[in-house]
Amino acid sequence: MQTISFINKSTNMKKLILIISVVLAANFSIAQTSDKFTKAMEQRIAMIDSTQGPDAWKEMTNAFERIGDAEKTQWLPYYYAAFGHILIGYSYWTGQMGNATDKMDPEADAAEKMLDKAISLSKETSETWIIKKMIASLRMMGDPMNRYMIYGPQADEALQKAKELDAGNPRVYLLEGEDKFQTPEQYGGSKEEAKLLFDKAKSLFESFKPESSIHPNWGLPRLMYYFSQYK
Amino acid sequence: MGLKKTGLFTLLLSVLAGFASAQFTIKGIVKDNKGNHIGGVSIVVKDTYDGATTDSTGKFSFKTFEKGEQILVASSIGYRPFEQKIKLEGGIINLNIIIKEEITELKAVVITAGTFEASDRKKAAAVLNPIDIVTTASAEGDVTGAMKTLPGAQQVGESEGLFVRGGTSGETKTFIDGTLVNNFFYTSIPNIASRSRFSPFIFKGTVFSTGGYSALYGQAMSSALILESIDLPDRTSASLSVSVIGLGGGYQQLAKNKNSSWGFSYEYTDLTLAFKLFKQKQNYFQIPVYHTADANFRIKTSKTGILKYYGYFNANHLGFRENSIDTSGYQDVFRLKNINVYHNLAYKEKIGKKWRFNSGISYTNNKDDINGGLQDQQKNDVTLTGLEFKKFTLNSKADYFNAKAVFERRLTGLSAIRFGSEYNYSNDMPTFTIYNGQQFKYNIKENIISAFAETDIYITNNVAAKLGTRLEHSSLLDKFNFAPRISLAYKVGKEGQASLAYGIFYQDPDKRYLPAANTVTFSRADHYIAQYQRTTSLITFRIEAFYKKYHDLIKTDLSGGREAAVSNKGFGDAKGFEVFWRDRKTVKNLDYWISYSYLDTKRDFLNFPYAIQPSFAAKHTASLVVKKFVMAWKTGFNWSYNYSSGRPYYNIYYDGSQYKFRDKGLIPDYHNVSFSLNYIPAIATQNAKTWIVYVISWSNIFGIKQTYGYQYSYDGLKKQAIVPTSRTFIYIGIFFSFGVDRTQDAINNNLKI
Repeated sequence: MQTISFINKSTNMKKLILIISVVLAANFSIAQTSDKFTKAMEQRIAMIDSTQGPDAWKEMTNAFERIGDAEKTQWLPYYYAAFGHILIGYSYWTGQMGNATDKMDPEADAAEKMLDKAISLSKETSETWIIKKMIASLRMMGDPMNRYMIYGPQADEALQKAKELDAGNPRVYLLEGEDKFQTPEQYGGSKEEAKLLFDKAKSLFESFKPESSIHPNWGLPRLMYYFSQYK
Repeated sequence: MGLKKTGLFTLLLSVLAGFASAQFTIKGIVKDNKGNHIGGVSIVVKDTYDGATTDSTGKFSFKTFEKGEQILVASSIGYRPFEQKIKLEGGIINLNIIIKEEITELKAVVITAGTFEASDRKKAAAVLNPIDIVTTASAEGDVTGAMKTLPGAQQVGESEGLFVRGGTSGETKTFIDGTLVNNFFYTSIPNIASRSRFSPFIFKGTVFSTGGYSALYGQAMSSALILESIDLPDRTSASLSVSVIGLGGGYQQLAKNKNSSWGFSYEYTDLTLAFKLFKQKQNYFQIPVYHTADANFRIKTSKTGILKYYGYFNANHLGFRENSIDTSGYQDVFRLKNINVYHNLAYKEKIGKKWRFNSGISYTNNKDDINGGLQDQQKNDVTLTGLEFKKFTLNSKADYFNAKAVFERRLTGLSAIRFGSEYNYSNDMPTFTIYNGQQFKYNIKENIISAFAETDIYITNNVAAKLGTRLEHSSLLDKFNFAPRISLAYKVGKEGQASLAYGIFYQDPDKRYLPAANTVTFSRADHYIAQYQRTTSLITFRIEAFYKKYHDLIKTDLSGGREAAVSNKGFGDAKGFEVFWRDRKTVKNLDYWISYSYLDTKRDFLNFPYAIQPSFAAKHTASLVVKKFVMAWKTGFNWSYNYSSGRPYYNIYYDGSQYKFRDKGLIPDYHNVSFSLNYIPAIATQNAKTWIVYVISWSNIFGIKQTYGYQYSYDGLKKQAIVPTSRTFIYIGIFFSFGVDRTQDAINNNLKI
């Protein structure tokens, strides 16, 4: 509002407007690509932790895919689009076994397609293995009794890879803790063991520095949700 | 902020906007071709950030600074991408977009007439999961045992094989990775059903077709059992098994790069202990002993190609005595030695985006030495006048070679065209020696060359057709046959579908009646099938009606002391309906299925005096299979009940001029209640290095008397019930799996229930 007050006080407004406009426009065109990209990304990334439900996630996922398709050389939009498809897929979980493959599998397929694009534009990192882990878990959840033999080890392996590539990635421990938390006790789940993993994730989140404002940094609200379950 | 300031701000913004470009609003609605409003559709001005996602009513609206000619893209999972040229030059653009459903395996109607599939793929035909084969109580670990709980198959206990819809067991053929398997069962023993040779654990997919199957398969008038072997194992592991019937061990090595694997196993089966615990009707002087060895390798030849080899060797022998029905105070003796070698090599690859190539070759060498005779109380071999036929030796050697290649070209959507060729070579060399040492040597060589083509046509997700045809030439019969097949499927509502199938199926005469006394030709069956199926993810309901017409069945007559084919004057038909219901929903954590088959069939073949209901066909057959896994006990409980109404029995004799019945009737109804239990302690143990499965399987738990038929003395004066070898049987086994087995981690970490 400072600028506007200043303009208001100015006597030769038209001239000034013109000058400002020219300056802004010139700036705009130079910074357009990187700035527009970063801004668009930041805006959508904020949605990851702030929105809930498949409709909002669909919108977010589609937006990432649009950005990726327009940019053509950026891996992050596709990375987030893959992540978005996973969130949509998980939202179809009904709690009943063998009930959701018809809805979950297409999302897992789409996530895989997006992730492949991301990897082809960059490389396999701890973060892409995290996505792979989630895709395998998503496929398994569709029909656990018949699929754990195939997708269980796949998920495990992907998480191990993610850990190998970056032991300081808090999302590794978040997901590990999540699995421990969600698994029934007779199958080896344990809320206590999960708590240890969540604590580890928390301390890593505190020190974790993403490469940039748009690099993966999601998960803290998700972690806090689990902490709230212990009270 | 005053009005003036606000106005100025707006002015500034519009000037800025003017610099970049003019802003347009694009809005509209997305529907499918049935007029349903589609939500969640991504709308984008191609290669820009500008776009939106449709809301639940299919509406969208967004602003863009792009101008001029642009392409608008609408896309959504399950729909074909939609593109439209738009011109951005002022004003609001209002679009009415119609997107078409993509034809996908998940949504599309599937031709299920006559087909039961055990697969982990989510398909309409997949009524079973692979694990169901081994957790069906009455199956006793035999692939065909599980199939017998499905509609269409008979509960025949006195001989092996699948008797489907009024057909003989010889009318069902088994295929592994596309190629025919010639000795799928162990050698037949009089009045005892042999098991199938192969472990159910080497197969990942099973298709049991009770009729109307694809033109890719031939030489089976009634049914095809199509098995698909497993690909690369998940991990390197060693295994060991101990049971009341023997010991076994194996090893599977998965290469570090996960692109290849090899393995082998050996199993020693000895029924000494089992026969001590469960007294057999027969008196064994040579208790059955089996040596089974197998080896495999699997190589990923590319991202999409795989080469698989499976080799099998089995040697077994047995010998028993039974009180002779033909003469009291004497005993019938039966001895069998069998050696079987089987190799199967399969290769499949994708060529480019559109083509697929599937091929396989298999070779079988089988050797049987069977010996029959009569012994007196002192166990000396004797030959009695009038009963000389009791003493015989049958030495038979056989070589079989099968090859098949199938090309598939994908068309749009799921539509495809498939064509290829198959070659079946068989060389049976039986030598029959009678009591006085006189030998009868036969050599029956057959070369069948077939060509086939079929096409899958998906008009929409709701209508599909499969049109196929098969051409075969037999060198033995010196004849061609031409077999068209057609099936249709139509989706009725969201969960229902109706299928129709028609086809002609040819088959060579059974080799045991060859060489023929006269010129004979193929036997033929025409199938007509109508089916309705309703599936939700937890409930499957299916009802199917069929009519099967048999032509040119083989008639036999005594020729040179043996029963030989004399003509194709036999005929018959079978009709009926079948119901299948599987429910995993009504009772939580309980899974059950019910099958019922009604069969009305008559045929005149072999030495039948006229068309009769054959002894292998019951009017009513039903099964109830129940499974429950109790997590707290880490134990799976499986029950099954099989029922069959009394089958007819006949004693047919030749009076010198024609065949007549000396006796006939109905055997009592058949009931069998089986139970099995799998206890898997490691399912809850963390970081267990050993994975152990304990199995107990108990057949006919109530000891209900079962009669499979009657046998008669040669003079027809004595009649004896054919019954199971023991009233009941309990199998106890422990299976260990060691090593780099991370299954339990997988469960511990990922099974979210």
